[in-house]
Order: sequence, then C-alpha cells, then structure tokens
Amino acid sequence: MENKLIILLVIVLGAIAIAQLVRIYEISAKLRKNEEHEISHRDNNLNARMMFGFMLAFFAFFIYLMSAYGWTGRGSAASHEGEEMDWLLNLNFVIIIAIFFFTNFLLFYFTWRYVKKPGVPAFYYPHNNKLEMLWTVVPAIVLAVIIILGLQTWSHLTGPTTPEAEKIELFSKQFDWTARYAGADNTLGLYDYKLTLDNNELALLTSNTIDSALANMFGGATGIRSLQKLLNNRDTVFSDSTLSVLKADLSRKERLYRFLTQMKQNHNPKLDASAWDDIIQKDTLYLCKGQEYEIALRAKDVIHSAYLPHFRAQMNTVPGMATRMKFTPNKTTAEMRLEKNDEKFNYILMCNKICGGAHYKMKMIVVVLDKPAYTKWMDGKKKATFKDQYFPAAAAAPAAPADTTAVAAAVTMN
Amino acid sequence: MASHDAHAHGHHEDHHHHEEHFISKYIFSQDHKMIGKQFLLTAVFMGLVAMMLSILFRIQLGWPGESSDILSFFLGEKWAPNGVLKEDMYLGLVTIHGTIMVFFLLTGGLSGTFSNILIPLQLGARDMASGFLNMLSYWFFALSSIIMLVSLFVESGPAMAGWTVYPPLSALPQAVSGSGLGMTLWLVSMAIFIASSLIGSLNYIVTIINLRTKGMTMTRMPLTIWAFFVTAILGVLSFPVLLSAALLLIMDRTMGTSFYLSDIIVGGEMLTNHGGSPILYQHLFWFLGHPEVYIVLLPALGLSSEIIATNSRKPIFGYKAMIGSILAIGFLSFIVWGHHMFVTGMNPFLGSVFVFTTLLIAIPSAVKVFNYLTTLWKGSLVLTPAMLFAIGLVSTFITGGVTGIILADSALDIMLHDTYFVVAHFHIVMGMSAVFGMFAGVYHWFPKMFGRMLNTRLGYAHFWVTLIGAYGVFFPMHFVGLAGAPRRYYDYSSYSEFDNNSFELMVDLNEIITTFAIIAAVGQVLFLFNFFYSIFRGPKAPQNPWNSTTLEWTTPVEHIHGNWPGELPTVHRWPYDYSKPGASQDFIPQTTPLEDGEEEH
Repeated sequence: MENKLIILLVIVLGAIAIAQLVRIYEISAKLRKNEEHEISHRDNNLNARMMFGFMLAFFAFFIYLMSAYGWTGRGSAASHEGEEMDWLLNLNFVIIIAIFFFTNFLLFYFTWRYVKKPGVPAFYYPHNNKLEMLWTVVPAIVLAVIIILGLQTWSHLTGPTTPEAEKIELFSKQFDWTARYAGADNTLGLYDYKLTLDNNELALLTSNTIDSALANMFGGATGIRSLQKLLNNRDTVFSDSTLSVLKADLSRKERLYRFLTQMKQNHNPKLDASAWDDIIQKDTLYLCKGQEYEIALRAKDVIHSAYLPHFRAQMNTVPGMATRMKFTPNKTTAEMRLEKNDEKFNYILMCNKICGGAHYKMKMIVVVLDKPAYTKWMDGKKKATFKDQYFPAAAAAPAAPADTTAVAAAVTMN
Repeated sequence: MASHDAHAHGHHEDHHHHEEHFISKYIFSQDHKMIGKQFLLTAVFMGLVAMMLSILFRIQLGWPGESSDILSFFLGEKWAPNGVLKEDMYLGLVTIHGTIMVFFLLTGGLSGTFSNILIPLQLGARDMASGFLNMLSYWFFALSSIIMLVSLFVESGPAMAGWTVYPPLSALPQAVSGSGLGMTLWLVSMAIFIASSLIGSLNYIVTIINLRTKGMTMTRMPLTIWAFFVTAILGVLSFPVLLSAALLLIMDRTMGTSFYLSDIIVGGEMLTNHGGSPILYQHLFWFLGHPEVYIVLLPALGLSSEIIATNSRKPIFGYKAMIGSILAIGFLSFIVWGHHMFVTGMNPFLGSVFVFTTLLIAIPSAVKVFNYLTTLWKGSLVLTPAMLFAIGLVSTFITGGVTGIILADSALDIMLHDTYFVVAHFHIVMGMSAVFGMFAGVYHWFPKMFGRMLNTRLGYAHFWVTLIGAYGVFFPMHFVGLAGAPRRYYDYSSYSEFDNNSFELMVDLNEIITTFAIIAAVGQVLFLFNFFYSIFRGPKAPQNPWNSTTLEWTTPVEHIHGNWPGELPTVHRWPYDYSKPGASQDFIPQTTPLEDGEEEH
C-alpha cells in the first residue's frame, strides 16, 4: 500500500515538474523572442563567472577530499616493495596534481577571461610551430622520467626472489582461499587438478593420492562403476535428455580415468616427499616480518586475483596457468595496529577479479608475526603436515597399489 | 583522389517533391540524416536504460542491505527480495550497464549518430556511399540492442561476468547463473553489433575517401571528419578481433573446445578441457578493447574541436598538429592493449613494453589539450550550451587523463588494478568526456537535425547539473580506490571486520557518490524534455545559427534528399576562417572563394 502511494506521489510530482518545465520553456522562449541562437551578454557573463566559480569549488572539493580521505584508507605500506611503490606513487601524484591544477586553471580562467565582450574581436592565431614543439617536447621529457623510474621499480617488483625466500602457495576457488606452506624442504609439492578429492583438496601429487583418485574415479559414489551399473540396468528407463547427460558424464570420467592411469605409470615416487611435508592452512595466513616470500598462485575454477592492499601486492590466479608474486612484510600486525590506532585492524587477502555472486566475500585474514612468534607457530604446524593430516599411514616408500589393472581393463571394454 | 561527387547526376530539385511513404521515410530509410537520427534516438534510449541500471546498483552500494522500494519495484521479488538486491543480479546490472554504455551509447550513439549526419553534410556529398548498407548498419544495431535488452529478462539473469566477460567465468554456467542463456544472448547481441559497426565504418571510410566535393581536399576537412575517419579505421581493424574472441568463446561454451579453458573443476564437476588459456581471451578482447576507448573518445574530441573553434570565433589552434595527434593516437591505440593485463600473469617484460607505448599516448593527448587551451586564449567566447559541454569535455579529458599516467605505470598498477581508482579514471576520461562530447554535439547540431532550436536556458540548467553531478560521482571514487576498494564488490561492509578506517571512508564516500548519481540522473530529465519537446515545439532554426563556416550550414533547413538543391557546393578554403583580419564578418564560409592576394591560412 505504502509502495503504491509513493509511486503515485512520484508520478504526480513528475507530471507537475514537466508542466513547470513547459511553462519555463514557453516563457523563456517568449522573453528571448525565439532567438535561441543569440546568446545574450548577460547569459554569457553569468556562465563565464559560474565556470570560474565552479573551478574554485572543484579545487576546494579536491583539497577537502585529499585532506579528509587521501591517506586514511590505505595507511602506510606494510612491505619493502610497497614502500618503494608508495614513493613512486607519491612522485607521480605530485606531477599529475600539478598538471591537473595548471591546465584546469587555464581552461576555466580563459573561459572566464575571454568571454565575448562587445567590440573586442577574437585574435586570429591559427598556429605557432614553436609552441607546438614546446608542448610536445616538455611532456615527452616528463614522461621519459616517469617511464624510466617506473620500469626500474617494475623490474625490482617482478624479478626473481633470493634463495632465502620462503615459498607459499595461495590456492583460490569460489569463494575462499587456502594457503600451502612448502614445509621443511621449502619446496612445494607438485599438483594435478585431476587428483582433487575430499582428502586432497589441493590436488597434490603423490603415489597415494593418484591411487585414491583412481579408486574414486572408478569405484566412488558417482564413479565409473556406478554409472555403468545405472546405464546397464534393464529395469530403469531414462528420458533421452537424462540418458545423454549420463553418457556424457561416463565418457568424461573414462577419459579422466585414462589420464590418471597414465599419470600413475609415469609418476616418480621420489617426488612424493616434497608434497608430504607441505602444510595446508585455511582461514588465516601467517607471515613473518622481514621474511621474503615467493608466492605461487593457483585457481581451481575461474580467474581470481590475490590482492593484498596493505602489502601493495596483486596478481591474478588463472586456471591452468601458474602465476607468481613476491613481497617482504616489514611491519607486524601489532605494529600496524599501533600505527593505525585500531585494536581490531588486520591485514587482508581479498579477491579482486570478478568470480561470481559471493566475490565480495572471498577473503582471508593475514597476520604478520615477528620472527620468534612465527617460528613458534610454524613449529606447531610442522606436526600437522599434509601427510599427517590425510595420509598418516602412507609409507615413505609408495604404498602397495590397489588392483588397478583389472579396473583399467574394465574401462577399456566400454 | 576524385573529390568530385559522382552521385550528382540524376539528383535534381524535383526530387523532393514526390511524397515518400512513411515506411521508407521514417523506418527503412536510406537517407543518412534519418539514419543518424535513428541512431541517436536508439542510443538515447539505451543510455537511459544503462543509467537506470547504474542507479539501481548505486542504491545497493550507497545503502548496502537496506530495503528499497525502488529496487523491489524494478526488479521484483526474484532479483530484489524484500527490496534488497541479489548478489548475482548486482553483477548482472554492472555487466549490462557497462556493455550498453560502452557499445550501445558511446559507440553506436556517438560515432553512429554524428558520422552519419555530419560526414555527407560537411563533405558536400549527396548521401553516404551506400545508403542500403547504411540502413542495414542501423537495423543490425537496433536488433542487437533489442537482444541485449531481452537478456535482462531471462530467468537465469543477464550476463554477469563484467562487461569484459572474461572466461572461464563467462564460459561456465555452473560458475554463475548469468553465464547461461544470458551470456548466450550477450554474445549473439555483440556479434550482430560488430556486424553493424563494421558495415557502418566501411561506409564512412569509403564516403570520406571518395565523395568529397570539389575543392574539399583532405587538409580542408573539418576535424570532426578527421576524427570520424580515424575512428572508422580503428573500428574496421579492431572489431573483427573481438568477433573472433566471441566466436571462440561460443565454441568453448557449446562445442566442447578448449581455447580458454584448462584444468577446471567447477560446481563439483571435473572438466576434461586442457591446454586452453584465459589469457588468450584477454589479449584478443583488449586488442579491440583499447582502440575501443578511442573509438569512443575521438568522435567526442572531433565534435568539440569544431564547437570550440566556432564558439571561440577563432581558428582551431594547430590544425595540422590536431590531425597529427588524431593519427598518432589512432596508431598508438593498437599497441597498448597489454596495459590492461599487467597483473594477469603476462610476462613482465612484455608488460614493460606496454608501459612504454602507453605512456607515449600522453604526448598527442597533451598536444590536443594545449591546442584547445590556446584556441580559447584571446578568443571571443560565446557560451552556448554546446560550448559549455565542449569546455567541460576538455576539463574531464585532463582530469581523467592524468590518472591514466599512474595506471599505465605497471609498478603502480599492481596496487590500483581493478580498484575504484580505475573505475574513476575511465568514467571520467572516457565516460564523462564522451558523453559531454555527445551532448555538445546534440546541442550544436540539433538545428541541423530537426530544423528547430533547443531551449538554451534548459540547456544551461542541464549542463550545470550534469557537470556537478558527474564530477560528484566520479571524483570521490579515486579516494575509494586509493583506499584499496576492489571494483565489482556488492558490499564493502566486511571492511568493518578488519579495517575500520577504510570502512568508514567507504561508507561516507559511497553515500556521497550515490547521492550525486541520483541528482545527475534526475537532471537528465531536463535534457529529455528539452530534446523531445523541441523536436515538435521548438522555434524554427535559422539557416546558420552559430555563424559557422562549414558546409552543413549551407543546406536548406528543411531536409531534402540529396542535401543540396541544385549543384553541390565548391570548397575554397579550410573550415576555420574565424575572425580573419581584413574580412567583413567574423567568419568566412568554406564556399567563399579566396580573395586576390589572400593566403589560405
């Protein structure tokens, strides 16, 4: 009821507004004796003054926004790389703000100053090569400085890390993040998306995970065997559409099964160790102050972007492609809380590439600890490696394989 | 180059006497003036829709999670239960807003409208090279607009992957509901739109090269025509690449190919696609996407060059440098696309090449700005509404352009990529500038289009509301972006969990932005009213309302087929002879022969 009343009110007010517009239109047309193309001196001067006034208001608005919000949002950089970028950003800002004020001022000043005055003709001035040269060369020099400084920083930011860098992987999927620490050997275990299972969400590659993937693909609840059973059951009749869906599902799983079988044959069990000691970490990412990090990025479903605004770090995570970034935190969370005077402040890892409905919720808290606290935390974590958590029974040597030959034979018969 | 009009034969004055059928005159018209008006009206309608969509999602951003009658009125229970916008629909609104604004308003509306109306009129041609293809171009445009609008109403929602529709998100209906039928319609609509744009552009190019009247050499063409010419070439070279990107996406969606897909598990389903690359799509998309920025911007700059010169009563400063900068911008726009991809995983070395080429574009842009400023200097400015919008364009071109320097710097883009800083940048430099150029064009050439005048006072009111409103919307966005707010977020409330300073900033500024957005949107009523009312009730336009030199003002106010009764005009001078010393008037039409001993310029 209330809705309809408001809508009715809007319609009525709208109609009144249009009626008023018609009246203004007709009256102003009459006043101007239908000479819409003749702009009177009064109108000219009024608009010229308003343009100049607008400029003053615009500049004031800018200065107000700059002082009220210019620095509050981000705070100071929390990484070595971020400090370098902030320095460059500030330099660029000085340059562009100067250009912004200078050119906008000229524009609005000229508009006000050179508005038409009776008896003052315009100055015929079609070209001047020296001036043209001036404003080609000066911007080119300024830009050369910007380009050189920018590319220097860019090569620092994207260059290789030192051997001391600690390796972490950030794994993204709709709509959360998982971190994987490389463990004692500082080497991230290999992965293959086809190995993804409930007990191996990051699809790490070991002899055991290949076996469980094979077993699940064949004998799991929706595996090849149950699909075959379903399709070969003479008592059930499917609609054409269901049938084609099931058949497509079956053939897809058979393909995947063949890939997994190949993978098993080519797998080198010596690689298992680098995956077994990896540490999987959800909810909160812990980092160490002063430690350089080499971060590998991975996506499970669509493109995401690992965005850590306080560390000034960002890189997309791309399905089917490995990407990387690096940074070195230089302030602990506690230090930053003190600086920001915000007891509850935390660093954050956000998703910054549109990835679906809950995109805006996809984040992970980041905590930077000092060295002793971080070592203590890490020591605790080393007791809960990937192997400890999901495959405690797995031997250092590969476990006895399941009877996959028979399974493979069954598949090829289809 | 044959600048003589081959069409002249057979077009005589008797031509416009016979009554034309309603359908061939107003609907399937082959007359460039009517087609231009059709483009304009369609684009204005599409622009209104896109603006409404933006108001709907701005309400969510300004007052997140609060129930709104407006939302439930427009979106109903399905997409705004209890007046609160659904997350998926938020993305749908953002996507369709962007798509319509970039392609349907600013490409179809700006280049389509003014290329059609002005190219033959300013060159002294009877019509476009092919009237039939021109008609086809409009009807493809209309069809693609309808399909895009229909996609808003399908059950699974419109496309929701952002206007750039990056796969895999846009390829997988399991990932977001809009990637189902909505995305299919988006692709079909865009494919048809591209066809429309290509046909139109080829026609513009052919007309400009072949149908210039006697004496209209390339260096006597108004800058508008130069801008349309380069725009059309950019379109012909870049839109086919978007079409191929779209076709590969269609194949990935329907035929099981793996151009863009690799190693994906979505919705619990393990796909077998392997070897594709989402980065490939981004390269193809931005190979169009960046020239597209200039396809949108160049016509606006061309229109404003003409308007600023006319209303300063001065020649445009550095005519040849202006042509040079249009050509330079056009060329450079093809080798800068990678600056959209600094953080996508593209090789960092390649990134540094794109930093270099991108920042080069700032040079011709700076030349244009300084030439505008010098044109205003010591002029005798007549501040018509068109002139105000053109000056506004120069301001937004500066304000939005300078932040481009920061975003083009890959080292700085790392922290600002995909934040509101980018949203602020391109809305000001591309959105506001192009829209201001379009408004300037409409105010300036309305007398030519409809034979009547717009109301000047309403024009002023419209300009001031739009300038203040639009700057009020997009200027504070820089600060939201500097605070690190990612774009395309449905809600920023979760900032309260980890960073209270940023949270308060975002709440404050988002409210301000939404308020200005509503003011600016309501202000457009002034324009709509003025526009439609004046078409029917406006005072009759005089022959040459702005005392302009160009050829379109020598045609009769009443439109006729073939534009000029009798012979086509002959051109004797460049189009910018304003306030030339020694002349009796402060403008000399292009058709006036040079006097003895007079230098051309």
